[in-house]
Amino acid sequence: MDLITREYRTITSITGPLIFAEKVKGGGLGEMCVVRMAGGEIRRGQILQLLGDRAIVQVLQGTSGIDAEAASVLPTGETARAGVSMDMFGRVFNGFGDPIDGLPPIIPEKHLEIAGLPMNPASREKPDFFVQTGISAIDGLNTLVRGQKLPIFSGAGLPAKELALQIVRQSKVSEAADFCVILGAMGITAREAFFFRKALQETGSSERTVAFVNQASDPTIERLFTPRIALAAAEYLAFEKGYHVMVVLTDMTAYCEALREIGSAREEIPGRRSYPGYMYTDLASIYERAGRLKGQKGSITMMPILTMPDDDITHPIPDLTGYITEGQIVLSRALHRKGVYPPIDVLPCLSRLMNLGIGKGKTRDGHRTLADALYSAYARGIDVRRLVTIVGEEGLTELDRKYLSFSEEFEKRFIGQGDEDRSIDATLDLGLELLKIVPERELTLRARKG
Amino acid sequence: MKEIRGKIYGVSGPTVIASGMSNAVMNTVCLVGRQGLLGEIIRIREDRAILQVYEDTGGLTVGEEVVSYGRPLSVTLGPGLLTNIVDGIQRPLLKIKEASGGFIGKGVKAEALEMDRVWEFRPVKKPGDHVEPGAIIGEVPETERITHRVMAPPGVSGVIKDIISGNATGRAPVCVLEDGTEIGLYQQWPVRLQRPFKAKLPPEVPFKTGQRVFDTLLPVAEGGTAIVPGGFGTGKTVVEQTIAKYATCDIVIYVGCGERGNEMSEILTDFPTLKDPATGLPLSLRTVIVVNTSNMPVAAREASIFTGITIAEYYRDMGYSVALLADSISRWAEALREISSRLEEMPGEEGFPPYLATQLGGFYERSGKVKCLGPDERTGSITVISAVSPPGGDFSEPVTQASLRFAGALWALDPDLAYRRHFPAVNWLVSFSLYQTELLDWYSREISPDMLRLRARLFELLQKQSELREIIQIIGVEALQEADRLTLEVANIASEAFLKQSIFNEADAFNTFEKQFWMLKVLFAYMDNASAALKRGVYIETILDSPLRTRVLRMQNTPNDGFGKNAEGLINEIESEFSTVEEK
Repeated sequence: MDLITREYRTITSITGPLIFAEKVKGGGLGEMCVVRMAGGEIRRGQILQLLGDRAIVQVLQGTSGIDAEAASVLPTGETARAGVSMDMFGRVFNGFGDPIDGLPPIIPEKHLEIAGLPMNPASREKPDFFVQTGISAIDGLNTLVRGQKLPIFSGAGLPAKELALQIVRQSKVSEAADFCVILGAMGITAREAFFFRKALQETGSSERTVAFVNQASDPTIERLFTPRIALAAAEYLAFEKGYHVMVVLTDMTAYCEALREIGSAREEIPGRRSYPGYMYTDLASIYERAGRLKGQKGSITMMPILTMPDDDITHPIPDLTGYITEGQIVLSRALHRKGVYPPIDVLPCLSRLMNLGIGKGKTRDGHRTLADALYSAYARGIDVRRLVTIVGEEGLTELDRKYLSFSEEFEKRFIGQGDEDRSIDATLDLGLELLKIVPERELTLRARKG
Repeated sequence: MKEIRGKIYGVSGPTVIASGMSNAVMNTVCLVGRQGLLGEIIRIREDRAILQVYEDTGGLTVGEEVVSYGRPLSVTLGPGLLTNIVDGIQRPLLKIKEASGGFIGKGVKAEALEMDRVWEFRPVKKPGDHVEPGAIIGEVPETERITHRVMAPPGVSGVIKDIISGNATGRAPVCVLEDGTEIGLYQQWPVRLQRPFKAKLPPEVPFKTGQRVFDTLLPVAEGGTAIVPGGFGTGKTVVEQTIAKYATCDIVIYVGCGERGNEMSEILTDFPTLKDPATGLPLSLRTVIVVNTSNMPVAAREASIFTGITIAEYYRDMGYSVALLADSISRWAEALREISSRLEEMPGEEGFPPYLATQLGGFYERSGKVKCLGPDERTGSITVISAVSPPGGDFSEPVTQASLRFAGALWALDPDLAYRRHFPAVNWLVSFSLYQTELLDWYSREISPDMLRLRARLFELLQKQSELREIIQIIGVEALQEADRLTLEVANIASEAFLKQSIFNEADAFNTFEKQFWMLKVLFAYMDNASAALKRGVYIETILDSPLRTRVLRMQNTPNDGFGKNAEGLINEIESEFSTVEEK
């Protein structure tokens, strides 16, 4: 440490995770600080706002126990950085990048700014490389490509994490050796943390996995750092080491709630449902870090998981996410209750980049037409199901009955594949087979009543 | 111009407070801090100026210098704009890529246009000629597609003393007037100031998108404005991109405002290879892309639509028809809100500042068909088509509502149609076009007087369809009367074959007005003849099982060229088959 340090024992107020300090000169916006407490304990802080010689500092470990008279704030001259190296594989860190697996810290090859820099749109490579997840509802109908960000919209109690892990496990099989996984977990419970660790170990993925885990009992501010650290690590592995990185972020709802907590502590004008007005920009600074770069081998594919409060897809968190990500996979409580796994509600699902990743030479010629036909037939079947509740099965035409039976079979066999790892060929063949339930003539007029 | 030097007093997100800025001028730009980040003064309080900074403010400290040269935020206009891709404040992203690789580094500087690039200047005036503002003094072949017209800037007039011919760059003037005024290839224009023109002209010609649901049902006029609101996943971006690809116009300005980087990479990769249907030349030759993705600085996002429309006005002034596609105006409004909230302004509805509608109006009203400045009677137009992203897909929110006040056409996208993969997912019952009355003459004159009648029938058919659908929701389709069942079938063919349009099918992706007209002819010939047969006592099953239905249903897959002839043949077959088919 320098002999002359700029240390300021001038904390004027403390609100939630924020401290307001005076006479903080020379600290830059976003700069990291050391908060030294009366007993000598050291906490980390970050400058959020500057006004004259006053600074608002968010304390990463929370402000509990800070004595405004005795504590001091010391800008470090550094922005928030994380040490990265190839030794990260198989390790578990907290949301600040400190190891929490009982092993010593890694020796960093590089210190990267965790906020990252925006990817130049002109440097991006068009994402068109098909990723086989082995899940029919995704591969067949909402195809994932490398460099895409495709979130899972879940509800409380729905098996989003199981699905995410299945995708990770199965993509690993189809992808080459340069595939790796980064887990960024925000505000998860101890049980969930245990589940992830065990599942990754069981699948043998752990030596190709880096985990950044912030548990529900950990400081709130750490949740804001976790996805950024995870992505800094991902950028290192993808664009410096050439890996195809799959980043799983869970649970974005906990992240957004942390954002709201800070916003309200700063007395900002709240936006919809009291989430800050800049939440779109903030989420974009995370999600937009997925992608591929021209002339680079690696890629970052992102699968954020979020819990829709009360299964409401118009809630600001899923809403803003859907506006940024390239589609969404939506889970359905109704299907889950029926015992369909994975309970993917395909109608509101979408993969915006699907058309780039499918077709001749990638999946199969006619993939698009088949997917559209399945969609239309299933939508029609759902309409018929509604009709049944009004007119009863007797009131149905022969044709309606066929659509009804198609939708049942489709849910049971196509969507409800269980733990099976299905190749794209098996998925498409099954789709073709199921369409035989509906008369050929009908398929020329898909969705005609819809 | 006076130079003012102040110091940073506060930093909060994208806004910076500078002190010691007495005499600073509103909406002029400053260089902020050691890295010289670009910022614009958006509020002045005593000797303090509040700036929105167009680059990442991370690392700025109190006390760093802020310098103002008293210039407004401007764009450079001149040859080289086309095929270019710039960020919200016209920084060339390809140059930045050369300088800082895959990511946009902090404080990277690059000139908007290459001043040293050599262009072939062909004068159309000679020494002794008089020029007035907007007069064309020469031409530069900017791309194979577009001839760049070099104009005397607004406010410049006089007699030409000297004019060059041949190679020219941005470093020397191409023309000098008697009074010493120099005219170069390039000019600067403040983005927030509308470029002048002689007069606005009424919107009487349709803007041809090549998309049936828009051109036939919900037309926008050349010089008009259309808004495309829709929840996520309803296909706003696809609509914008489809229009960028297939619209019949001279210039396309595509503003990716706060949207996805991967989508932009798709445009960047595809446009140089895709052909403009009118000329067969690559689309990129008529396109300027302004892109400020959601993760790029929020203030530059706010500026991006103004940068885009200023470039659009410049080409309009040359006498071109320009389409400005903004995706999405909601992201711009959110940037405005974010900055307003940092200024601790009193929020209006949903936290948006009360001046949202004024600013939006200022943007939309820069569209229009105009008589350009200059001695010739040339006209140019800007058609604005902007996507709106209402939170939760709820159109009652402020940005959609404010946009509706300025828009002449509403193309409302519907999640239900999108779920069914019916694209463009335009809800034809909610959408409207205010231009239809003004355009009726054109339809009648240029296509056929019959077009108006067919169009009205289509509206009626679709209205009937929605009524019948409500009924079958309750009683089932079997309980419908046979005539109604037939109407429903034809309406379904209309939505499937006419309103739905596939960009993946070459013949279907872009349709001429003529094809659209003939498709309607076929559809209603089918309807009328089938109705007549039904009245005669033919089974409805017999009618529906006829392979003619499938052929009508697939007529969109027949190419534009020669469609009329094919359609006539099909109509004849329909007439002969339905008049001879046997009764029960």
